Formats: sequence, structure tokens, C-alpha cells
Amino acid sequence: MAKSTFTHLFLMTVAVSCLFPLFWMVRCAFMTNETVFVDKAIIPHHLNFGNFAIAWTKGNFAVFFLNSVIYTVSVVMGIVLISSLAAFAFSRLRFPGKNILFYMFVAAMMIPLPGSFVALFVLMSKLHLVNTRFGYILCMINVGLSMSILLFKTFFDKMPNELEDAARIDGCSKIGIWWNMAMPFARPAIAVIVIFNSLNVWNEYILATLLLGDTKLMPLQRGLVVFQGANSTDYPVLMAGLTMAAIPIIMVYLFMQKHIVKGLSSGEMVG
Amino acid sequence: MNQKAKITAIVKDNLQNFLFVLPAVSIFCIFYIYPFYKMINLSFYDWRGIGPMHFIGISNYKELMGDNLWWDSIGHAGYITLIALTFQNALAFALAWACDREIRMKRFYRMVFFIPPVLSEVVVGLIWNWILNPEMQNGQHIGLLNHLLYNSGFPQLVHDWLGDPKTALTTIAIVNSWKGFGWGFIILLAGLQTIDRQLYEAAKIDGASAWKTFTNVTIPMMLPVILVVVILTILGCMQVFVLILTMVNEGLVNHTDVPVTRIFSAMQNTNRFGYACAEAVIFGTILVCVSFITKRLTDKAKQA
Repeated sequence: MAKSTFTHLFLMTVAVSCLFPLFWMVRCAFMTNETVFVDKAIIPHHLNFGNFAIAWTKGNFAVFFLNSVIYTVSVVMGIVLISSLAAFAFSRLRFPGKNILFYMFVAAMMIPLPGSFVALFVLMSKLHLVNTRFGYILCMINVGLSMSILLFKTFFDKMPNELEDAARIDGCSKIGIWWNMAMPFARPAIAVIVIFNSLNVWNEYILATLLLGDTKLMPLQRGLVVFQGANSTDYPVLMAGLTMAAIPIIMVYLFMQKHIVKGLSSGEMVG
Repeated sequence: MNQKAKITAIVKDNLQNFLFVLPAVSIFCIFYIYPFYKMINLSFYDWRGIGPMHFIGISNYKELMGDNLWWDSIGHAGYITLIALTFQNALAFALAWACDREIRMKRFYRMVFFIPPVLSEVVVGLIWNWILNPEMQNGQHIGLLNHLLYNSGFPQLVHDWLGDPKTALTTIAIVNSWKGFGWGFIILLAGLQTIDRQLYEAAKIDGASAWKTFTNVTIPMMLPVILVVVILTILGCMQVFVLILTMVNEGLVNHTDVPVTRIFSAMQNTNRFGYACAEAVIFGTILVCVSFITKRLTDKAKQA
């Protein structure tokens, strides 16, 4: 009994230390510039609901938020389509150079490339893709590609041949087999890929800084830093902005928990 | 004739199949292979981003060898990584160990511990920057941490945690661990749950103490998983960047620089693209070596 109390005490302490900073962020988002520095009560004496509206309009967060949604949705859709097509071919179809190309993707996952963003930026300026949504989306698709191809391929490899043969006899084209048989079969892989890439794109900062200098194109993470730089003392509005950036990703996580745990253990097997 | 038609059909079929991988391969070649090549190529040039490029051989690398700020930055990242490897991973292991049994609220703990890892570095950095705020107003501490320290009877501990060069890096390392331990926790817990319960039963019957069981059953069984966590921790922490950017003011740069901030500032502040690429090449090589060594250790552990 005493032992289990101690265990709970330990676990609870860590749990509180995880949650309290977030609670503090939300709490401060409901204060004013005058009260935020002096009122340290757990629940502030005067609640102010205006900060979210200010952040949304004056702080440009409506634009940042919309951009983040656009980038996340298009990158994730792009990754799922492009990597599943490629993985389907690597798993089920024949063409010259198949193995070399596949191992190229595997190797890319093993080799960390910190700082290749310098050369990437040079390339993007040459292609006139700096300060375009399209350029940023393409770069981010590339980031998630290798991992997704690998995960899709492990699923497609497990798909029974009879299924495919039957479909072929029924006159199903290759594209038809990919879309009607392989994709439904790989649904668990799709879930994992969607979740991890959504987290990754929503939270990405470095490439967004390099490639998107125009306020109209910035995603939330970039917008937060810009806002903080310009209004370094307006903490309540900053906290409201942080809350808006954190809530969607926490919601996605809470709904998708099961897949995240599964994805991490499968990712570990791949590595 | 028939033969010819057959060959044409096969070629056509292969070409058709290749179309499936074409989008992935072209994106990969343009956005991964080419920058990879360009990074190595540019590292031999003196180039300011625009204008003429001067081939200077290995001068960038020679200069880099004597660049103390650069090697300091690697040391800083190494320090953050070391804290993560010891403090963060020990915490993750202890928590996973505590959750690997019939215990109430297990799902709640598991849910909560993974919340910091899903947050972005910008959000984490700015929240902690606010909590660690060193300023005072009307005789009150603005930052939550100093306020708590002052009011709970430790006024001597009140400190400018991020502003003092002596404590800045450690503070960042601890926030980094706060953000990261959930990853290790989930992976280690998954690993612990794959251990056959009968092994524990057998150890119990043999009269092994809890500690003996831990060192002789759990640790050896977990070695491969532990090494995966180690490798992920090293690669992740060495490349820390955004957390530092959002937590530290520019005055402290030399005390909290990490390789990625050096690369960034060589490119953006001084426009030395060639030098930035040389830094990137050296840093990438170091990371590849470290992960290769750890991988070799993993394989050895798996054989044993």
C-alpha cells in the first residue's frame, strides 16, 4: 500500500509538472496587461475574454491559423498520395532500378541532414519558390516522404496475393487495385502517417522562417515568433496566441492517442 | 513479330509502373539529393548568397577548425544532449517502469506524459520564457517560478535563470528534457510490455530480489529498446534550435549557441553561405558517425 502511494505520488508530480505550465498559459490568456504582472491567484480575480479576439484580428492570427490549416492539409494529403503510390510500386510492381530507388529512400531516413536548409534555400530562390505556398508545401512533402513510403510498403507487402489476382481477373487496372484494394488495406498505416505528419507540419518552424517572409503566408509557429518580437510585453495576447496554436494539436492528439502509441512502437521496429 | 510485340508490352508495362514512383522520386531528387550535393559543393566556395562565387578549396573547413565559437556550440548541444541522456531518459525509464503494472489511472498518466512532446518548440519555448521571466513590478516577481520561490520561503533562490550565462544552458536543457521525456516514456513502456511475464515469475520463484530482477531480467531484455531511445535522443537534442531561439535573448548568444544557430546566423546574419554549408557538412558527418556507432552497439546487443 505504502509503495503504491509512493508510486502515485511520483507519477502525479510529473503529471502536474506537465500540465501546470499549460494551465498557466491558458490562465494568463484571460488576463489584462495590468493584472497579468501582479495577480498570481490560480483563478484570476477578473477574467478578460478579449485577448483571443485581439490576437485573432490585430495579431493577424486569423491569417496564421488559416495558413497552418492550408499547409497541414495539403502536405499531409500530398504525402499520403505520393508515398502510397510509390510504396505500392515498390511492393507490387516491376520496373528497372526498383531496389536502388527504394534503398535510396531508406538511406535518406538514416542520414540526418541538419543544415541542408542552406542549400535548400539557395535552390528555392533559383526556382522562384521563396515566399510561395507551393514551395513550402513541396519542401514539407519531401520531409515526410521516406518514413511514409517505408510504412506503407510494410503494409502492402502483407496484402495477400489472391486479393490482387482476383481484382486483376475482374479487369481492375493497377491504379484501381492501388485505390480500391491496397489503400483500404493499409488504413492503419494511413492513420499513423496522417497523425505524425500533421504534428510535424503544424509544429514546423525552420523552413517556414527561411521560405516564408511575407506575413500573409506565415503559419502559426512563425507568426507567434513575429508577434512576440513586435509586442514583447503584451503577454496576455501572446498567451492567447499560444493557446490557439496548442489547442488544435492537443485535441488531435487526444482523439488519436491509440494510433500514436502504435505508430511509435512500429517506428521503433523500422529504425 | 510476336516476340517484338511481347517486348514492347513489357517495356510499356515497366514504364507504366515507373510512373507510380515518379512523383516521389522527382520530389526526392529535387528537394533532398540536390540540396545534399549543393551543400557539399557550396562548402568549397566563398559566396555571399548573390554575386560571384569564388572557389577557395578547403579554406572554409580550415577556418572552421579554428573557430572556437563553432566548437563551443557543439559543446553546448552536447551538454544539452548529456542532460537528456541521463536525467530525461532516467526519468522516462522510471515512469515507464512505474506504469508497467496494474495501476490505477495508468491511461491518464500515459496521456499526460505525451502532451509536452506534441507541442511545438515555439509554444514550449515561449511558455517557459514567460514562466522564467526575471523582471519585477511593484515589488512583485512577474515570472511564476521566481514568484513561487520567493513566496515559498526560498527568496535566495530567485534568479534570472535565462539571463545568467552560468544557468542559461542548464535551464534550456531542463526545459528540453521536459518537452522530450514523453517520447522515451512511450517507447520504453511499449518495450517493457513485450517482456514475457513468466520471466518475472521465474525470477520470483528463484527468490530474486526486486533489484536483482531489474538488473538481470529487465535491463538485458530492454537493451535494444534503450539503445533506440538513446539514438533518437542524441539525434534530436544535438539538432535543438527553435527552443533556444524562443527562450534566449540575443545578448547571451555566445553562451547558448548550438550548431544549428551557428549555421543559421552564418547564413542570415553574415551572408556566408559557403561557410554555413561547411558547418552543415561537418555537423552532419558528426551526427552520422554518432548514430552509426550507436547502431553498431545496438546490433551487438541484439546478438548477445
